[in-house]
Amino acid sequence: MPEKIPVTVLTGYLGAGKTTLLNRILSEPHGKKYAVIVNEFGEIGIDNDLVVGADEEVFEMNNGCICCTVRGDLIRILDGLLKRRGRFDGILIETTGLADPAPVAQTFFLDDTVGGRTALDAVVTVVDAKWLRERLRDAPEAKDQIGFADIILLNKTDLVTPEELREVELRIRAINPYAKIHRTQRCDMPVQSLLGQGAFDLQRILSIEPEFLAREEHDEHDHDHHGGHGHHHHNGGLKHYHDEDMQSLSLKSDKPLDPDKFLPWINDLVAREGPKILRCKGILAFKDDPQRFVLQGVHMVLDGDHQRDWKSDEKRESRLVFIGRELDAAAIEQGFLACVA
Amino acid sequence: MSANTASLTSKVRAIEAGGHVVVIHFVGDSAAIASGEGEVLIAGGEEALIKAHRGAILAAAGDGRRIFTAGDDGRLVATDAAGQVETLVDCGGKWIDQVALGPAGAIAWSVGKAAFTRTGKGERSIEAPSTVGGLAFAPKGMRLAIAHYNGVTLWFTNAEAKPETLAWKGSHLGVLFSPDGRFLITAMQEAALHGWRLADGQDMRMSGYPGRVRSLSFSADGDWLATSGAQEVILWPFRTRDGPMGKEPLMLAPGPKETRVTVVACHPQQAMFAAGYSDGMVLLVRMQDAAEAVVSQRAGAPVSALAWRGDGKLLAFGTENGKAGLLPL
Repeated sequence: MPEKIPVTVLTGYLGAGKTTLLNRILSEPHGKKYAVIVNEFGEIGIDNDLVVGADEEVFEMNNGCICCTVRGDLIRILDGLLKRRGRFDGILIETTGLADPAPVAQTFFLDDTVGGRTALDAVVTVVDAKWLRERLRDAPEAKDQIGFADIILLNKTDLVTPEELREVELRIRAINPYAKIHRTQRCDMPVQSLLGQGAFDLQRILSIEPEFLAREEHDEHDHDHHGGHGHHHHNGGLKHYHDEDMQSLSLKSDKPLDPDKFLPWINDLVAREGPKILRCKGILAFKDDPQRFVLQGVHMVLDGDHQRDWKSDEKRESRLVFIGRELDAAAIEQGFLACVA
Repeated sequence: MSANTASLTSKVRAIEAGGHVVVIHFVGDSAAIASGEGEVLIAGGEEALIKAHRGAILAAAGDGRRIFTAGDDGRLVATDAAGQVETLVDCGGKWIDQVALGPAGAIAWSVGKAAFTRTGKGERSIEAPSTVGGLAFAPKGMRLAIAHYNGVTLWFTNAEAKPETLAWKGSHLGVLFSPDGRFLITAMQEAALHGWRLADGQDMRMSGYPGRVRSLSFSADGDWLATSGAQEVILWPFRTRDGPMGKEPLMLAPGPKETRVTVVACHPQQAMFAAGYSDGMVLLVRMQDAAEAVVSQRAGAPVSALAWRGDGKLLAFGTENGKAGLLPL
């Protein structure tokens, strides 16, 4: 099979700076060619035959699952783009400021052609450092976009004080401790640091450790984050937020799991709680299995596969993280621990 | 593939198509191979390579004389065996996603949600509720079926009557009338087909596929609908008044393990079909005894197009990695 084309999904609330970023990606001399699927043609000031307009058509899958949605327009556009493969290095999909990233992400799991030829590389969310706190209060979409992100561009950092910036980062961490945060002004990130990162790719998940604040700010942090809900309280004087609405949950076991217990449990969990679970990721050590099993999920859609052999010097440890709303942490943890072989 | 499969591979004339083969139609005696590179390769007689589009060809239809290709350069062009190209539509860079041909030279195409027709009586358009997934003209009368999210719109293109809607939840991505015009079948985003008996709107579900169905072809007598999407070619019976309702499909020509049938094309006269697989294999299968013959071995990429010449004496195939071939029978 030829290598899959990496796809980056670009989200962000209205005015956060997505268009600035897109224009940079399209105009900078980075030597790569990207097909860009935009929702608003007029905003892109560049004439390029690889810029395609999308309609944001969210289609429910006819399988009785309310959160199994796909972007019908994307399936059509990606199908078309794939007919002339070899002409671009990656695909970038812009979503509107109010869009839910789930249908876009699920399209890569639920459509066999799209999933077979392209791979979701990362969900990149652009966040406005100045207005994020207000948006988190009044816009559930803004929170979803952060919950979904693999990479967050904390943009417009020049418009806030260092203290405000730190507070915004803590707010983001309270929702999503796993995304990589880059501080930017006018989205001034090298394109190579955003695209082709493999952040969403099952085959390349190396670590799902929480991403803490920059080192100089958290020397006192406890790196052992197991069992936490993203709201550890530390002694070093750093404030930690607990988001009322959205939480992350990190589970860990150093005893091997029984796949015959774990797989039915996780399938049942996402079938019941899928609407509340935005993302889940896991690296699992099954009993008598020399290979790592990696797992990715969006709402009720799960995708898991053996990745590679455990290395001899690697700790055979299972880790599973969830980001979602109103997660019943105690019940999920209990269920997970019951899967120990 | 059974052990005593015959081989026709030595009779195949191999062709380098140059790009992802999107569709093949015959123009006169020659095959017109439309590619993702925007080219139409005329092969089988006088060879010609025509740069019909600036971008990729997304869809094509044929009337036996010309191939009508729709491109992501916003153009719909017709190309004949001599390589003469006529631009029929140019909508300025918006993708033309679908194209279909009807009776008396009628042509239909779609751009996003908008479907257009051009007949002897001029050009008309209609807005579908969502992106058009497929277009097909009824075998008789100027009636166009437009597949979209949650159903199909049936539109008499020359009449003022309000279009009729056949509703079925889900996204419909391809559409086909049975040759006698009694049934309408769609391929869905889900791994299933849906059908309607047009006389009374009776729904028919055809499911059980492991993957999306992308290719549908009626047998010459209209009794069977051959479909892709599974490891075998799935054939649904359409001979009786009820069509496939309550009946089991035939399953013929299983491919090697972990392959899927990607394209099917029934012979225009005989009870025989060609099937293309995801590993690049092409088989010829006789329906009454399921006898198989290998037309092409695994090409390393899925078979993406199959076409029979109108007289049934030449089969053309093409793959996603630009391999194509012609088999005279």
